[in-house]
Amino acid sequence: MKKYYLGIDLGSTTSKAIIIDDDDNIIGRGITNTRANYTVATEIARLEAIYNARFSLLKMKLGDEITSKPEYNRYIQDLESVFQYLQFKRRLDRLNVQFIDTIESSFQDEKKLAVSGYIEHIVNTIEPAIKDEYMNSNLGGKNQFFRDIVSEKFNKELNFIDKNYFEPLMMVYDKSIISAENELTEYDFKELIFQSMELLNDKYAGLENTSSEHSNVQFDNELNLLKGNYKVIYDSLKDHISFVANMDIHITNMVGTGYGRALLPFPEKSIRSEILCHAFGAHAIFPKTKTVLDIGGQDTKAIQVDSHGLVTSFHMNDRCAAGCGRYLGYIADEFNISLNELGPLAMEATNEVNICSTCTVFAAAEIRELTNVGQKRSDILAGLHRAIVMRAMSLLARSGGVRNEFTFTGGVARNQAVLKYVSELVYKNYGNDIKINIHTDSIFMGALGGAMFARRSAGN
Amino acid sequence: MSTGVAKEKSMIIQKEMIAQLSKELSMAKDTGKKVVYTFVPGNISELILSFDMLPVYPEINALQSGMRKKSEGFIRGAEKHGHSEDVCTYVKCDVGMMLAGNIGPNGETVPPPDLLLLSYTGCFTFMKWFETLERLYPGVPVALLHTPYQEAGHITPEMTAYMVKQLKEEVIPKMEKVSGKKYDEEKLKMHLRNSSKVEESIIKIFDSTKNRPSPIDAYFAGVYYIGPINNGFRGTSEAVDYYDELYKEIMVRVQKGLGPITPEGEIEEERFRLVVEGPPNWTHFREFWKLFYDMGAVIVASSYTKVGGVYDMGFRVNPDKPLESLAEYCMNCYTNLNLNQRVDLLSNCITKFHADGFLVNSIKSCNSFSAGQLMIMQQLERKLEIPVGFIESDLVDPRYFSYSNIKNRLESFFQMLEQRKLMVK
Repeated sequence: MKKYYLGIDLGSTTSKAIIIDDDDNIIGRGITNTRANYTVATEIARLEAIYNARFSLLKMKLGDEITSKPEYNRYIQDLESVFQYLQFKRRLDRLNVQFIDTIESSFQDEKKLAVSGYIEHIVNTIEPAIKDEYMNSNLGGKNQFFRDIVSEKFNKELNFIDKNYFEPLMMVYDKSIISAENELTEYDFKELIFQSMELLNDKYAGLENTSSEHSNVQFDNELNLLKGNYKVIYDSLKDHISFVANMDIHITNMVGTGYGRALLPFPEKSIRSEILCHAFGAHAIFPKTKTVLDIGGQDTKAIQVDSHGLVTSFHMNDRCAAGCGRYLGYIADEFNISLNELGPLAMEATNEVNICSTCTVFAAAEIRELTNVGQKRSDILAGLHRAIVMRAMSLLARSGGVRNEFTFTGGVARNQAVLKYVSELVYKNYGNDIKINIHTDSIFMGALGGAMFARRSAGN
Repeated sequence: MSTGVAKEKSMIIQKEMIAQLSKELSMAKDTGKKVVYTFVPGNISELILSFDMLPVYPEINALQSGMRKKSEGFIRGAEKHGHSEDVCTYVKCDVGMMLAGNIGPNGETVPPPDLLLLSYTGCFTFMKWFETLERLYPGVPVALLHTPYQEAGHITPEMTAYMVKQLKEEVIPKMEKVSGKKYDEEKLKMHLRNSSKVEESIIKIFDSTKNRPSPIDAYFAGVYYIGPINNGFRGTSEAVDYYDELYKEIMVRVQKGLGPITPEGEIEEERFRLVVEGPPNWTHFREFWKLFYDMGAVIVASSYTKVGGVYDMGFRVNPDKPLESLAEYCMNCYTNLNLNQRVDLLSNCITKFHADGFLVNSIKSCNSFSAGQLMIMQQLERKLEIPVGFIESDLVDPRYFSYSNIKNRLESFFQMLEQRKLMVK
């Protein structure tokens, strides 16, 4: 039986899981931002990683076929997106039940009727819109969490509703989302994947009726290949998918890391410091790494490693979490926008504002002041992003500076504006010869390092 | 870890010595003995004792208040009095204690000073501290003994002459005036002969960590070992006896192959050998120590145990040259060494005692230790290719001791060491 290894990284904002095989290849990724306890978070991330692993194994099983036939690749990509939609739908249904419970226990008479009516209207409006995004715009591939997707749509709908109901509706939402997202929802992979295939069949059947003027389809070659061909693909993939769905993904060993690691129900030898895991993960992906910068939810780590990926020294922010991911979350709340919108908006800046304060709370005061004097939102955001990076640069200096190569990891590394300032300031302070490494899996580096430790210590 | 900690004879002797001094101090008003406040680094206690005066060390009172959970209240008292949050917490603890009636950490009254002997050794705060005390004790004379910093990494004859001149023209005349006694060089020489013996013992004691397992912890237990010489007994025959006894006990441990004693018994498995730079945290001393001994981490050398005098670079007092010896002793204190000397000293310790890692405990409110620590750490990392770690706490302000942050970093540090050991294997 093939062996697989699991790494779990319990961060302050998100919990991540990575599954690797015997050759250190990443085959499954799972992530959650649930605010539930770490046991639930671990389980959600682990199950996500296993679902994701089945898709990877499917691709591996099909091997050359995928490379030679782009329509197969597209089919599996679409399948994964629809699968994610069905997962999303189950949780939305759960949220809807919770809405009803909350309304039942919080309101009476006419108000109850009115609030119920509005909630029903919102759910009925956002559900098809979200489904459409999953089915046709690859929402699943955009790394957005359940809470973020629903919040964004829910808040938008609130703008069109009687202002007198704003507070009660927000109260219903806030109360309900916490219970809904903190609950562990298990899915039967096989059931869900076949439902996904049926939905895909419907989607592709619908394409038959699209006219050639339909630009999205017209210019999407892969989709065009599927247009009249999906039944053949469905038939040839069905058995493979069934095989992968039934596979026993045997986790031989696992290692936990991150802030919540002490709470994991793992034996002591299976718990590793996040410093070691991040360094090990980063070094595995980029073997010439000498300095690692990891900006996570509530801490920033500057880590120096030797040629074996062993940590020689590290520095972390100690007394203040300004300059970490949470700072960005706080700023996003101040601007009433989602976390994902921060970076792109900051990139639009034409005249970056200087933000002196890097204290999260004081920064909010500065934002209000700058907004009052008419500074543009993008310019303020650019200044805030720069301020975060300045703090990271100070930590890097304390840890011994940036050595070549430099690998940037953590959730914040996904933010384009942070990336821009990190590159700018690393080059400025340490020279243009420094090679900066960023990986699409940057947020998973700690979990990857954990999984790699698990593989190495298996059997010990 | 073995349980049941039997008090060793040396521990009992030390306790009695310190209790006796506290008693004598509390009765100073009745016995008419004069009291001199001075500092641990560069404490020329032999000279104080030669005038039959009693020394008080405000830092020791502060750290003991910290260990007995009294410092927070004193610090708040000093802050209410106008001292900023960033002032050295030893200073604030001492000032707060004085404002609260000068009841010492062990409950005995600490008498007011008759002389403030400001032996300024590498710590600028000392000067400000005694300026404050001068205002709080109006009319008490201050004798300033300025110790030139070893900027160039060595002591020149001019530096020694400069200090001897201060001793002759400033310190001794003021001591004569306060004590009403004439300077007695023979008596000073007698005290220095004792110091010389103690210095030899101290070197042998701290050299014992070259054994595996190390019989002592040179930081957490080390701060107790340096107690007598830094707290009133430099130059006394009691100190000579204490260190003889301590050395004997340590040798027994070496012969039996025993590891260090901790508050919870003996460390049975020495897993990591460390060199530590910087003072310990006093308010959570036990918890702090436990984070190390639970992991089998033993400190084989520390800079802090050299704060009251550095003897492993060859310096010894020479009773035949008493004032020159006092001068050179002051100039050789750890915080009076330049940063390259500190790197060399720590580097020698790491090599000599086969340390697996180097750790800095950076103290929020201590400038004299904190300045240069990052540079020291980075130089040692590069020079010796040794894993280094950095944690932050404070001397006696419990508000700056974050247990979970320190634990988190230490766990990472120990895992770094473990991983390296596995790779080497």
